[in-house]
Amino acid sequence: MIRVNKRTEVAWEEGITVTDLLEKLNYTYPHIIVKVNGELVRRHAYDTFTIPDGADVRVIHLIAGG
Amino acid sequence: MSISKKAETPRRVLAEFSYERAAAERGYTGQTLYVNVGDGTIESRPVTETMKEQFIGGRGFGLYRLWGGVEDDTRWDDPENEIVISSGPCGGITQYPGSGKSIVVSISPLTDIPVDSNVGGHFGPLLKFAGWDALEIQGKAERDVIVVIDGRSGRVTVEEAVEVPVDTHLVGHWLIDQMAESDEDRYYMSVVAAGTGSENSRFGCLNFSFYDRHREAPRFKQAGRGGIGTVFRDKGIRAVVVKSGPVSGDSNQPADRARISKVGSQLHREIFEYDDEQNQMRKGGTTYLVSIMNDYDLLPVHNFRYGSHPEAKKIAGDVWQDLFTQGIPDGCWYGCTMACSHAVDQYEVRTGPYQGERVIVDGPEYETIAGVGSCCGIFEPWAILEINFYCDTYGLDTISFGTAMGFVMECYEAGVLDQEKTGGLELSFGNAEAAIEVLHQVARGEGFGSIFGQGAHRMKDFFVEEFGADRDFVEDIAMENKGLEYSEYVTKESLAQQGGYGMTNKGPQHDEAWLIFMDQISNLLPTFEDKAEALHYFPMFRTWFGLCGFCKLPWNDVVPPENAETDEPQKIPSHVQNYVELFSGVTGREVTEDDLIEQSETVYNFQRVFNIRLGKGLREHDAVPYRSMGPVTVEEYESRAERYDKQLREDLSVDPQGMGTQEKLAALRAHREQQYEKLLDAVYERRGWTPRGVPTPKKLESLGIDFPEVIAIVERFL
Ligand code: SF4
Repeated sequence: MIRVNKRTEVAWEEGITVTDLLEKLNYTYPHIIVKVNGELVRRHAYDTFTIPDGADVRVIHLIAGG
Repeated sequence: MSISKKAETPRRVLAEFSYERAAAERGYTGQTLYVNVGDGTIESRPVTETMKEQFIGGRGFGLYRLWGGVEDDTRWDDPENEIVISSGPCGGITQYPGSGKSIVVSISPLTDIPVDSNVGGHFGPLLKFAGWDALEIQGKAERDVIVVIDGRSGRVTVEEAVEVPVDTHLVGHWLIDQMAESDEDRYYMSVVAAGTGSENSRFGCLNFSFYDRHREAPRFKQAGRGGIGTVFRDKGIRAVVVKSGPVSGDSNQPADRARISKVGSQLHREIFEYDDEQNQMRKGGTTYLVSIMNDYDLLPVHNFRYGSHPEAKKIAGDVWQDLFTQGIPDGCWYGCTMACSHAVDQYEVRTGPYQGERVIVDGPEYETIAGVGSCCGIFEPWAILEINFYCDTYGLDTISFGTAMGFVMECYEAGVLDQEKTGGLELSFGNAEAAIEVLHQVARGEGFGSIFGQGAHRMKDFFVEEFGADRDFVEDIAMENKGLEYSEYVTKESLAQQGGYGMTNKGPQHDEAWLIFMDQISNLLPTFEDKAEALHYFPMFRTWFGLCGFCKLPWNDVVPPENAETDEPQKIPSHVQNYVELFSGVTGREVTEDDLIEQSETVYNFQRVFNIRLGKGLREHDAVPYRSMGPVTVEEYESRAERYDKQLREDLSVDPQGMGTQEKLAALRAHREQQYEKLLDAVYERRGWTPRGVPTPKKLESLGIDFPEVIAIVERFL
């Protein structure tokens, strides 16, 4: 299980990447900060960074309305 | 292009005033202009040190002047109500993107309390360069007038509006053609106008022009919220014109030009490097928000019942990028490289008095698309453009129009209204033609449009009293608070944003607090204390833009990558520091980030007391409609049953198994209403207010606004 933003639980799958997780959650806003177990994941690594089972993932959306 | 026509129409001057134009010095000219369109008094009023220290400029100056001009029982249509326009000390600099905003303040016909409305265009900075830190208009003209402020000749006149049209797209062209003496003159003129819709509704807006050198035409930005266009027309004003001289990087005479240029260059670079991969403001403005809000279930659909709709893609950002003319730098003030004020050119009007004309449509922006579009179940771009154009030229706020129309359409579908009551209009969701017909009726003051023009708050009473509507139902579904219609975000799953709307001084506009993603998605505000802190910091920080003449968008619509490594990335600390530099660099007063917050707190608390003075501003006025908190109807609950059932189980320890939907609705509602009350307690405490929402004398003293007349107001409620 992956816990996102200390609230949402997503089933873990072997080899799941940050991009996969964002797709599952339908997190389409492009301007986000992703941390996996406290470690910042750079945008260019979203396709390759695999998330371990039990990970604590933060996806901070930098959006503040019109 | 050469001037098509010079001043051929006779000008009948009713009152005039000559003055020595004071140059701006460190952001201030040191005087404000008072014009009484009723008795013809025109005079210069000094800007005092208290004004500069405590009220800064912009919204602060507006509230300060308005406070002095009105009585406790002044209402929006009394002659003593004022319209005050002021930019602020940093307004008019050209080195930093988004530095040309004005704030308009008046007592609102919708809320009966002060409203502040933020607007782009050139008027505020040109007013300053014509010699004035603010314009204060009072009185009521017997016959329609225009007010002309000519900074080059040092002359202010109130003139009879001979042959001057009323609707904005006509009056803007007409006045510029009449008054510009050279091609260059057009660049340094700005017109404020409303329209025929403002005459017949409570949600009139003001349009502020800027001359678009590429299109060779005036374009307009809107001071939309709170009905100030209605006040403008009630005063018998058709237009206010300002003329000034050429604008340069020195016009505002900053204390340290190099300092502000440095941060300006930095932000220009960030925009050029990152805008394309981030929000694409330069291509589509705020329209990118449509699909984002839809994806996160936050787009108002069918009067805020739902947060998404399969047809939303028809009105998403890429559609508007195709419709907007690309390749033109669409900045609404000089130096704004974020340039998000896009337009659709050569739009052929399909209905109403201007049918067949080809016009420029300024926008639409996200709020308009969501308000007159998805909120009303309208997913046709032409209809959104048609309503956008007519709302602007008639002088009507697109947000109030859209939110009120969503309410009416839900009432129609619920049987509160029928064709007999609407004069034959089938006002069901998605009926664009019927919505457009209501818009024309509002402008003519006819038929169902004359009821609609009163706004959602007054329609509730009307529907109950005249049409036998169920009071509880309309109270639950009309998305208004304090009399103002909500702007366009679904807040059901964000308690912080429910409070962000409910506690906003002027009524539910998101410019003070916008915390949905921080709260609902990113879960950065898990406790009441966290929410209260955010509902302290962000409203104060956002208020500050309106004190100084800044646009909020460059703060966080582009962000450098290193922001990700900061402790509080959602504040965009490097950009906050830019504003510290800008304020210090313009005014010569060294400030810190904390000082910015305190500057805002002062004005914010003053406005809260002003609300109390006029009869609102207490806890009971921060109550919100249940539609903003949770599902009102069975249909709404069942559309997201999994989410709500989970909340019953996890947050309330209630097993939804075997419960009917009505029972589940009631349980959820009791919980959410209780949460909201707890939130009010936490925020009031953080802000230094009593549990009734009243700023304490101690708080007012700490902010330096413990003036006797201010203390006298709050003491009545302690
Ligand atoms: S960011 Fe957009 S709205 Fe703000 S000043 Fe620039 S062009 Fe105008």
